[in-house]
Amino acid sequence: MEKFDIIIIGGGPAGLNAAMRLSNMNYKTLVLEKEKVIGGKLNQWDKLFPDFTPAIDVLKYLTENIKQENTQISTSTSVTKIDKSDNLWKVTDSNNNEYLADAVLITTGFDVFDARRKEEYGYGIYPCVITSVDLEKMLETGTINFPIETSDRRRRIAFIQCVGSRDEKSGNHFCSRNCCICAVKQAIEVKEVVPDSDVYCFYMDLRMFGQHYEELYRRSQQEFNVNFVRGRVSEIAPTFDNRVVLKAEDTLLSRPVKMTFDLVVLMVGMNPSEGTKTLSSLLDINDEYGYVVSQDEHVADNLTNKAGVFVAGTCKRQLTVPETMKDADSAAIEIANFLNRR
Amino acid sequence: MIKFGYAPVVSRTLDLDSSDFSLRDELIREVPSYKKCIGCGGCTSTCSAHQHTEFSILRCNMLFRRGKYDVLEKELDKCMLCGKCLLVCPRNVNTRDMIIKMRLLVQHKNKKQ
Amino acid sequence: MDTTMYNPFVMPFAFGVVILFLNLIISFVTWLYNLSKTQRKQVGRHIISWRTLAAIWECLRECLLHRNIFKRNPVLGYMHCSLAFGWSLLIIVGKFEASTYSGSFFTNPWLAIFFRYFEDPSRIFPHKELFTFLMDFLLAVVLSGLLLAVIKRFYSRLMGLKKATRHTPSDRIALISLWCIFPLRLVAESLVAGYRNNGGFLTQSLGNLLAPFNLPIDPIWWAYSIALCLFFIFMPFTRYMHIFTEILLIFLRKWGVVEEDKKTGYTDVELAACSRCGICIDVCPLNTAAKINDTQSVYFIRDIRDNVISHRIINDCLLCNRCVEACPVGIKSTKIRQIYREKKSFENKQYYDYLNPAATGSTTSGNKSPKVLYFAGCMSHLTPGIIDSMKKIFKAAGEDFVFVDEDKNICCGRPLRQQGFLDQANTLMAKNVQLFNSYNAEILVTSCPICYNSFKTEYKDLNIKVMHHTQYINMLIEEGRLQVNHSDKTFAYHDPCEISREENRIFEEPRNILRAAGTLLPLTNEKADALCCGSSLGNTVLSTEQIEDIRNQAMDVLTKDNPDYIVTSCPLCKKTFKKGLRNGPEVKDIAEIIIMG
Ligand code: SF4
Ligand code: SF4
Ligand code: SF4
Ligand code: SF4
Ligand code: SF4
Repeated sequence: MEKFDIIIIGGGPAGLNAAMRLSNMNYKTLVLEKEKVIGGKLNQWDKLFPDFTPAIDVLKYLTENIKQENTQISTSTSVTKIDKSDNLWKVTDSNNNEYLADAVLITTGFDVFDARRKEEYGYGIYPCVITSVDLEKMLETGTINFPIETSDRRRRIAFIQCVGSRDEKSGNHFCSRNCCICAVKQAIEVKEVVPDSDVYCFYMDLRMFGQHYEELYRRSQQEFNVNFVRGRVSEIAPTFDNRVVLKAEDTLLSRPVKMTFDLVVLMVGMNPSEGTKTLSSLLDINDEYGYVVSQDEHVADNLTNKAGVFVAGTCKRQLTVPETMKDADSAAIEIANFLNRR
Repeated sequence: MIKFGYAPVVSRTLDLDSSDFSLRDELIREVPSYKKCIGCGGCTSTCSAHQHTEFSILRCNMLFRRGKYDVLEKELDKCMLCGKCLLVCPRNVNTRDMIIKMRLLVQHKNKKQ
Repeated sequence: MDTTMYNPFVMPFAFGVVILFLNLIISFVTWLYNLSKTQRKQVGRHIISWRTLAAIWECLRECLLHRNIFKRNPVLGYMHCSLAFGWSLLIIVGKFEASTYSGSFFTNPWLAIFFRYFEDPSRIFPHKELFTFLMDFLLAVVLSGLLLAVIKRFYSRLMGLKKATRHTPSDRIALISLWCIFPLRLVAESLVAGYRNNGGFLTQSLGNLLAPFNLPIDPIWWAYSIALCLFFIFMPFTRYMHIFTEILLIFLRKWGVVEEDKKTGYTDVELAACSRCGICIDVCPLNTAAKINDTQSVYFIRDIRDNVISHRIINDCLLCNRCVEACPVGIKSTKIRQIYREKKSFENKQYYDYLNPAATGSTTSGNKSPKVLYFAGCMSHLTPGIIDSMKKIFKAAGEDFVFVDEDKNICCGRPLRQQGFLDQANTLMAKNVQLFNSYNAEILVTSCPICYNSFKTEYKDLNIKVMHHTQYINMLIEEGRLQVNHSDKTFAYHDPCEISREENRIFEEPRNILRAAGTLLPLTNEKADALCCGSSLGNTVLSTEQIEDIRNQAMDVLTKDNPDYIVTSCPLCKKTFKKGLRNGPEVKDIAEIIIMG
């Protein structure tokens, strides 16, 4: 049974950043990643808000700066069991390998909300309805594929905010924090790819809390002529020519609005990933959604109620990429302190 | 008739100081989820009655919230209680119960006057 | 001994009987007088017909033998049967005994009741031994039922009931006097037997035991007579009134009388016919899942009878009809609830100024004589998977159809009716009838069980065959117009309330379809015994948590054998279950299952 200083469960931005910090402090680190490649959700995003940094650059920076000789990375590996043996944590993976470590860092991240659960939006039923993740894939190729061909029509694209967030009907009461600004970013990108198009965002509230977010919102209006409609979309129906018509309330006019679109992008929210749910419940540190609960959000946010188990990133709550990175930094410091005390 | 001079200006401001909040408070007691509305418009968006008329359940809701009940009796009776709004509301407001209770409260108040 | 066959102690009994019959006559006459015109017409039309014979047969079966209660709960059935049947046989056989004894059928009416007291033991009459044995045997039967009743009162769990019904003061007097009648009769007859040796196996043995104490006889007979008197006087004001009312109810029902939108004499008959057996408590999802146990039919009816009915009790009901299915008396308590929900003050108040022809109906098709009209229903517009699949099914079958509510239509009216806005509901219904009849179509297919139920049972002048989409799809399959591929998938089918109880029982069609498409799993609660998904529009006052509790109870049944799919045929059920499931089987409408294969 191999022994490490630290086992990091989850090889996304949080896990890799922590691995980078800790390996450079010469701790012997193991990263377990359930997918075939490391990088987590960074692989699913083309560019990051608010400054359009390519996600791949962040990933590259992390992988290049991990100190190889101190780090072992095991992909296609998920954790099936975790328990304490003497003063160490024993982690069993899906290939039945067992590892020992002084500390464990959980960075299992999030999954996007399964848009099929909001049936009224017709994801999986109408080809014109896609999710923000699907759009990122298109943006990566530099072209937007409209499911319905046309030559003579100005394209119309809609973004629907809060799909599976702030919605008691989906069981998610929380705000996912990323999707408002992400919609603004994607709206700009769509306009860049298809300048001759009309882009509409349907929102309940626009939450532009981060630095430069408001500025990006302003630019989307000023430079890209993106339209914003304040009202929740209640349903999407097909048209005779297989596009979709979106029905919402324009709450500022107190009138229902409907509009036909070539493409509707659902801004899917964040849910704890399967790995997060499994681990948090295995360790009994889960909240009602399955997120990992940290010891104290203000002063011990990387600690959990299990000594030696640390947590960072979106497996704990909804964070942006920069927030995740910083959270992983502070987790690395906490872990280093913990290991030094031993 | 030709009017000279100025007509007295009637303010359009919703004067909340003159509002009677008693019905709203009663409604809050009877339908606690009414408090949770965030005015997103999901309910009106899906409402078939709203599609065909000025009737807006959100507007009724807001007027009630502000303690203004004058137009409500007629307005509320356009609802068909079909329950679509209930299925859409992201805050799980019990809209149908809210409407029925609003109707009863407003009618009761108007009868007393 | 007393050859005059009179003793003052018969007076309380005689007085009680007279009062009882006066009371009964007044009640029955009032009820019949309060029947609506149509109801009275029904009675007139069927009173001289085979239906009356059928009613008599049913009275024997239900009022005396309590077959329905037996089927549900044998112990409870025996209790009711031994009391009702035993007692009436006691009266009948007693009457024969007295008549044989005195040689005339028209003896004093109390002779049968107090026979042992007046009997001259030396007088020989035909079948004397047999009568004596029978009377003792019947008394024993009644006493055993009584014993069960007493046990039930104190240990309701023993009887398989979760909660016994509560009682009012007059109930209590009647109950106590009822409990006393037969033990007193036993002691009174035994005492006489101890002196005169005219008892049977029961009374004689007890009499021999008591003889050495030389107890006085008359006081016990007085007590027996007073107990009878008290019971007779209080009975009409208690639940025991059901004994006579049920007979009237059975006759009226057989003659074709049904509940109407508003309260009639028939409603009062139904209310008075509830025996408070409590069977409805244990089948109610509000009780079993959401721990609401003061609103079930039995309490609802009791509160009306006691004049303390509250808005909450009236409204806190899913109208799922599970209790109506279970009720041994067949009381349509959900209909009565709707009557009590009537919002009279809203009569003639409706501002549906949008109901002009332009506002509703399909805008996409000019075809005025299709074969099929498809009415998805309000809710289905929020489950586009159902509509999408139905369109594909129509296309695959080459059906000539018009999608009537493609651009949203008005509601069918049932939700308004359920909440007592009758005028409003009628307006919408009239409008819809006009819309449907404006087409020259053969079949009206709907995907919504609520609409189906409404069209089928509440719409009066609809000139079109109404089908729920399960029936329609099944028809297409049977006609060979739709191919279904059999897969290795397993299904758990949820029967939506609106099409699985009372007059709408669509059970076989969905099952045929699913058997063709894969393997249908048996469930612990299905068909008429299926559980409610909790989202019923019938109940406006449940909290989200309570709805979820009810939903989870239904879902536990459905997910027990880990099916690949939970299948239902109602957009509301589908949405409800979908909300509750994160991992585990997918929830699909039956139309989607067809398209998937
Ligand atoms: S970030 Fe915006 S879109 Fe996302 S959940 Fe919050 S409010 Fe909704
Ligand atoms: S219940 Fe009333 S307010 Fe709600 S969608 Fe139906 S008609 Fe509109
Ligand atoms: S859908 Fe719900 S939260 Fe939104 S406006 Fe209507 S009642 Fe309020
Ligand atoms: S309503 Fe029916 S089931 Fe319920 S207590 Fe009365 S008789 Fe029994
Ligand atoms: S209709 Fe359903 S919810 Fe209502 S009392 Fe009967 S069983 Fe309970």
